[in-house]
Amino acid sequence: MCNLRVEFVTRRGTLVAVDDVSFDIAPGEVLGVVGESGAGKSITGTAVMGLLDPPARIAAGEIHLDGRRIDRLPPRDLRAIRGRRIGAIFQDPLAALNPLFTIGNQLEETIQTHLPVSAEEARRRAIALLVEVGIPAPERRIHQYPHQLSGGLRQRVVIALALCSEPQLVIADEPTTALDVSTQAQIIRVLKQLTTERGTAVMLITHDMGVIAEAADRVAVMYAGRIVEIGPVREVIHAPKHPYTVGLMGAIPRLGKLGERLVQIDGAMPRLDAIPSGCAFHPRCVRAFERCRLERPEPMVTPTSLAACWLHAADG
Amino acid sequence: MAEPALVEAQELGRDFEVSRPWLERKLGRLPRQWLRAVDDVSFRIERGRTLALVGESGCGKSTVARLMVGLHEPTRGRVRFGGIDLSQAAPAEMLGIRRRMQMVFQDPYASVNPRWRVRDIVAEPLRAHGLINERGALRDRVAELLTQVGLASRDGDKFPHEFSGGQRQRISIARALASDPEFLVCDEPTSALDVSVQAQVLNLLQDLQAQLGLTCLFISHNLAVVEYVASEVGVMYLGRLVELGPVGAVLARPAHPYARMLLDALPDLDMTGRPRTPVAGEVPNPLEPPAGCAFHPRCPQADARCRVERPLLKAIDSGVLVACHAMEEGRLAPGAATPGRATDRIPS
Amino acid sequence: MTRLAAFLDSDLAWSFRHSPVTVVAAIVAVVSIVGAIGAPLFAPHDPFDLAKLDLLDAFAPPAWFDQGKAMFLLGTDDQGRDVFSTILYGTRISLAVGVASVVLSMVLGTGLGLLAGYVGGVLDAIIMRVADVQLSFPAILIALLINGLARIAWPDAAHAGIAFWVIVLSIGLSGWVQYARTVRGSTLVEARKEYVQAARVIGRHPLAIMFRHVLPNVTGPVLVIATIHLATAITTEATLSFLGVGMPPTTPSLGTLIRIGNDFLFSGEWWITVFPGVALVTLVLSVNLLGDWLRDALNPRLR
Repeated sequence: MCNLRVEFVTRRGTLVAVDDVSFDIAPGEVLGVVGESGAGKSITGTAVMGLLDPPARIAAGEIHLDGRRIDRLPPRDLRAIRGRRIGAIFQDPLAALNPLFTIGNQLEETIQTHLPVSAEEARRRAIALLVEVGIPAPERRIHQYPHQLSGGLRQRVVIALALCSEPQLVIADEPTTALDVSTQAQIIRVLKQLTTERGTAVMLITHDMGVIAEAADRVAVMYAGRIVEIGPVREVIHAPKHPYTVGLMGAIPRLGKLGERLVQIDGAMPRLDAIPSGCAFHPRCVRAFERCRLERPEPMVTPTSLAACWLHAADG
Repeated sequence: MAEPALVEAQELGRDFEVSRPWLERKLGRLPRQWLRAVDDVSFRIERGRTLALVGESGCGKSTVARLMVGLHEPTRGRVRFGGIDLSQAAPAEMLGIRRRMQMVFQDPYASVNPRWRVRDIVAEPLRAHGLINERGALRDRVAELLTQVGLASRDGDKFPHEFSGGQRQRISIARALASDPEFLVCDEPTSALDVSVQAQVLNLLQDLQAQLGLTCLFISHNLAVVEYVASEVGVMYLGRLVELGPVGAVLARPAHPYARMLLDALPDLDMTGRPRTPVAGEVPNPLEPPAGCAFHPRCPQADARCRVERPLLKAIDSGVLVACHAMEEGRLAPGAATPGRATDRIPS
Repeated sequence: MTRLAAFLDSDLAWSFRHSPVTVVAAIVAVVSIVGAIGAPLFAPHDPFDLAKLDLLDAFAPPAWFDQGKAMFLLGTDDQGRDVFSTILYGTRISLAVGVASVVLSMVLGTGLGLLAGYVGGVLDAIIMRVADVQLSFPAILIALLINGLARIAWPDAAHAGIAFWVIVLSIGLSGWVQYARTVRGSTLVEARKEYVQAARVIGRHPLAIMFRHVLPNVTGPVLVIATIHLATAITTEATLSFLGVGMPPTTPSLGTLIRIGNDFLFSGEWWITVFPGVALVTLVLSVNLLGDWLRDALNPRLR
């Protein structure tokens, strides 16, 4: 996927929600996309799934899945790809499940839609999937309705549902945000384990650096519709290169740092209709200089990651 | 304790009725049903200190916050403020107490009236208590409050929808501070905010507390935030306190198995690669809490006694109060935190 | 930006400009309302000044017919009253009844809904059960019942003078339920929000919270209901008047005019009833369309 640009056409003009975003995800790799609200991370995920609704549209860029360009496909083909090769996990597990059908029904139906298997085979696979996502006593659970399950179990079912068609790419949008901390850890574990075993590529969208640290291999930090830094998780967390990432990491309260004051980034994420010129972060950046106000930085190579910041310009 | 605590909860309990509607109940011969949201919670907060309550959703921590400021009436026990039992206070006395305690809420989008100007929102406590009646003085005080929380005094003319979540939370804080309260209850004030904004609000709260000598009750589900703001911490599980003590002691060497589990579930942001013991299970349905110690179905230390007898808070060596049979009997070593935990908890 | 400019730039104004049906409906409604309010100014004749009526003018067909007279655009009725003028005056009365009864319903329903939603408990149960019972009868039946009681209370002689208020009371009391239900629902939602809790922590009086905090936040749907209810109220009034229990022929509303004209429909003088009917339908339709638009424009989910 490269140079993706998503615009919202409104009556007040065109808002650019995602601008010039490029990244790739290898099979079996978890790419974390992290950013604060309004950074454009969820819209990026939606665009990859081809689920953008008007007034949003992809204005530029290309999305490739397994070498094939998928952003220009007619709706029918796109639907087939979406169900078959891209799986989705959303924040609210209750909204992703149909309350009127049992877990088993929903899993079996999804399996049979995508794979040419018999009803018995579908049931067998459904149970196997539930075992895989760590649901105890799956033979009993498949007869239950979503409301009979706890939040953590529901999210496991949603994961199982997303894996039904053996997709190559799973897009998980804030999969743990609605869950309690103890359950969160369990879900991350399941997600991580499955991708390693199945070789599925995962795009993990979250606002929580902790989740990224636990689950992702590489991380893309987004700000005001752009990727400001992308690189391996460990490096980005321990040695962030973009001032925004530095601030973000310092702003997270951590245990065992008693007495240290939190780093605060003054100001707030700009609104889509008022994105500053040059580097979008410059009004909040402590290290901004003249060039940041005028020119937009492209991703620059640093020893550990790609950072869109003039501090790392080769000529600077 | 030489100085009496400013705020005290004594064996506080609150039940909520969750029965079906009357007619349905009579027709279906169903019993009335009660949800025990908070049970037997006691603590005291001394002047200038901050007690934090932590726990997962549904553990009753927000109910405690609402009981403390009188938004709910306690079913059992009492709340004392400056030595006065709130349930015994006369209406006039209660109004005086109301001025001295305020609350900051979780949702910055719901906690300010969208139809009011910021100026009127912040001035509401001043007007309600008749503290300042003269227009010019009122305007000056509102401007002062807005500046104090890091907003511009001309922001008073705007409506809440013109502000971001973090700024709205500042408006909430300005309103809470307007009547010069002594006691501030913060119910997850930053959990709806982004990290960088959360840091701004936490820093602001810390500065204000130091400046104004506020006493705080801070509700949060985030242990790292708690460590940052609190001096004491209480861990709640299914409506009860399971551990209560100074924040350093509790978080460095959690004693109760549930407190250990909570700490263990924190994402390892520094990627130290510490081993994490998987935590089994989820919080049970509070309508049917387990007998004995409510945590026993998930507890690796549970034995026969835990299944029938409810443990009471008892002091252990470090002065921390813990409600756990295993700790009491010595089956579980005090401070034997998860392997790897104790070492990376010591600030380097 | 001035307030006017801000309004013209708002989403509401935008959705108005982009809905041609609504614009037409608004123009029709405004013309009707202006015509009705200014009836004494616009009406070519004063149909209720007995001194100026001439029975020789009776049953004149509309002006474009052979026997029509230029001075009576839409013809005259059995007493020689100009139909166009009676329509203007009738619309005035219909609108007045409609607006007054909508205001009554709105105030009553909103107040009771707020109380039921905010106070809850027994009060809520009583108010809402009364509402349920009333809802199981058609509104017109309730209005007829109240009207009948009023007629027993005040004998005929006094009745003509207070007919207006009796009918406002009948329609007003029959329509409060919808407001109460909607307001109660929104109040339940709003009362749980944290700004209301904050006001309680501050120590505001419950009435102050209800009217200063909750009320401004539940008025949106009330305005929508009121607009649509205005159309219903006008129709109900017309129905009552048509049945002969509404406005007396001396101060006729559109409904009364239709009833009077109805007697002559089969003797060929159709214009006496048809033109007031057309006026009624146009008015009700335009108000209804405005109400529909308002509902959609204020509903964020439909946008």
